[in-house]
Amino acid sequence: MSTHLASVRDDAATKGVGVRLTDLRRTYGTVRALDGLTLSIEPGELVALLGPSGCGKTTALRVLAGLEDADGGRVEVGGRDITAVPTNKRDMGMVFQAYSLFPHMTTRQNVEFGLQLRGVAGARRRARATEMLELVGLETQADRYAHQLSGGQQQRVALARALAIAPQVLLLDEPLSALDAKVRVQLREEIRRIQLEVGTTTLFVTHDQEEALAIADRVGVMRSGNLEQLAAPRELYARPATAFVADFVGLTNRLAATVESGRAHVLGASVPLLPGSAQSGAASVLIRPEALAVTEDSNGTATVVSSSFLGSLGRVTARTDGGETVLAQIDNAAVTGFSPGDRVTITPRPDAALAVSAD
Amino acid sequence: MRLQATRRRRQAWFRRVVVGVVGLFFALPLVAMVEFTTRAPGGGRSLDTWTTLFDLSAVDRDYPELKTGLIASAGLAVLTVVIMLVLLVPTMTWVRLRLPGMRRTIEFICLLPLTIPAIVLVVGLAPVYAWVTYFLGESSIWLCFAYVVLVLPYAYRALDAGLSAIDVKTLAEAARSLGASWFTVMWKVILPNIRTAVLLAAFLSVALVLGEFTIASLLNRDNLQVAINLLGKRNASISIAVSFAALLIAFLVLFAMSFVGNGRRLRRVRRSKES
Repeated sequence: MSTHLASVRDDAATKGVGVRLTDLRRTYGTVRALDGLTLSIEPGELVALLGPSGCGKTTALRVLAGLEDADGGRVEVGGRDITAVPTNKRDMGMVFQAYSLFPHMTTRQNVEFGLQLRGVAGARRRARATEMLELVGLETQADRYAHQLSGGQQQRVALARALAIAPQVLLLDEPLSALDAKVRVQLREEIRRIQLEVGTTTLFVTHDQEEALAIADRVGVMRSGNLEQLAAPRELYARPATAFVADFVGLTNRLAATVESGRAHVLGASVPLLPGSAQSGAASVLIRPEALAVTEDSNGTATVVSSSFLGSLGRVTARTDGGETVLAQIDNAAVTGFSPGDRVTITPRPDAALAVSAD
Repeated sequence: MRLQATRRRRQAWFRRVVVGVVGLFFALPLVAMVEFTTRAPGGGRSLDTWTTLFDLSAVDRDYPELKTGLIASAGLAVLTVVIMLVLLVPTMTWVRLRLPGMRRTIEFICLLPLTIPAIVLVVGLAPVYAWVTYFLGESSIWLCFAYVVLVLPYAYRALDAGLSAIDVKTLAEAARSLGASWFTVMWKVILPNIRTAVLLAAFLSVALVLGEFTIASLLNRDNLQVAINLLGKRNASISIAVSFAALLIAFLVLFAMSFVGNGRRLRRVRRSKES
């Protein structure tokens, strides 16, 4: 195990190149899949592209891989313009959403495939394949065929195969979406561990926000072929730049409010707004459920509709006297104190509200 | 329970009767062929026809057209299979990868020869072959071009089934991302995974080429069936024996091919079980 880690770290030392996509455009008929996308990935960084179906995240990854041609724009890796370089000369490892192991080859042969194409000699090739299989914990499955492996194992072999060639950039195209929930969580942690160990610059495409927030250094939320926001997971969640990001990432309450001099009057309180908020007039305020405090109060302005115990946390749904439904996330111990019909006061935490114009 | 057992027995009998009738339908002409080729001139049985057929020098001396036809058909079979595979496998793979919208059009074009009678095909092919003769000569081997058109529907169906059974796009893209050229993708990734379909397409093509008479005859070219036809006018017994032998060889080829496919699969399963 120690030899392979040493070798992997050697790779990491030589890897970690920067990636820059500039003003990428791609149209399918009348649909603009990429509409001037610009994105920079730092050396060794893992960036996740997140967004709803059809937002262009997979197209961006495929253009970077060379599997799709962009109508316009530039792709640079390590400062070199590779826009016109064919896929097989780009030196990128890729793991696909669909199982992509070659069915007629064993696990080991699959991992050795890229090395064989690079003319790596037999003994070195086998040693490297063994290292990679050890890295993904499948050294005992080396002689098995794809149909004899589980979905999770197949994706781990695909990851080993992609990393075996010591690629400049690792591309992960929703590699976990075909797996069941438990395996998905295990494998995403494994992917992150391996990526940190190897240090390869990685672009990870997913529609699962939890997945993106859990493993990425930075998350880019895409909409209609462009980036809405690119930020560290914590910042993206706490300080969404747009209503779309606030709506798409995590749960959000959308409440009517009046905005005046950077403060919103909502739920009977006046709270400061996040940067980028609307500055005055009638607006909708977006507040996370965990940014709301619920207290029992017979003179309160809301009535509890339901409360649920969710293990590590609790949720209370209440209806305000104004007719709005509010979801609040509270401590799991406190949730048992609320029953439907209880009168409560809901208070927003400061610096947690984003206001967008009411239209 | 008793009712079910009776029904099962009835169904078993019905199956046996159907298999028997179908078997008889296929076996009767073959038995008749053997019976005819073993008739002795003065009555009784003789293997003279068969011993003549296996005496290669006698065949060469007495029936030279048979040797010519056999060589021409063997060459045509090989060339037709090669051209068909070189033409169809990359085209069909490319269409799946890059032009999925063209799939129906390609299918329509490939299936078209099935709807055109051979005699009509010859009318169109005659002027084309005037040019083929002008540029390439009169050799019967150039019938391979016509035969490639003729085998398209069968080969297309077989290869299409093979390609549908694998995720061509993902496998090709995975191989490309690992550094494979398009040739390597075809040779090392796609072809090994559609081997059975390729064998099936090849066998169907060989069977069709070995049995083709109309086009060769009407374009005044030599092949096995033309030779058998000519032979039938001189020596019916030898002609029938050759037909029977050709049929038997076709059966053996089919059997051998299915054995090769199964053998590889079994070895693979055995290897993985051992591991």
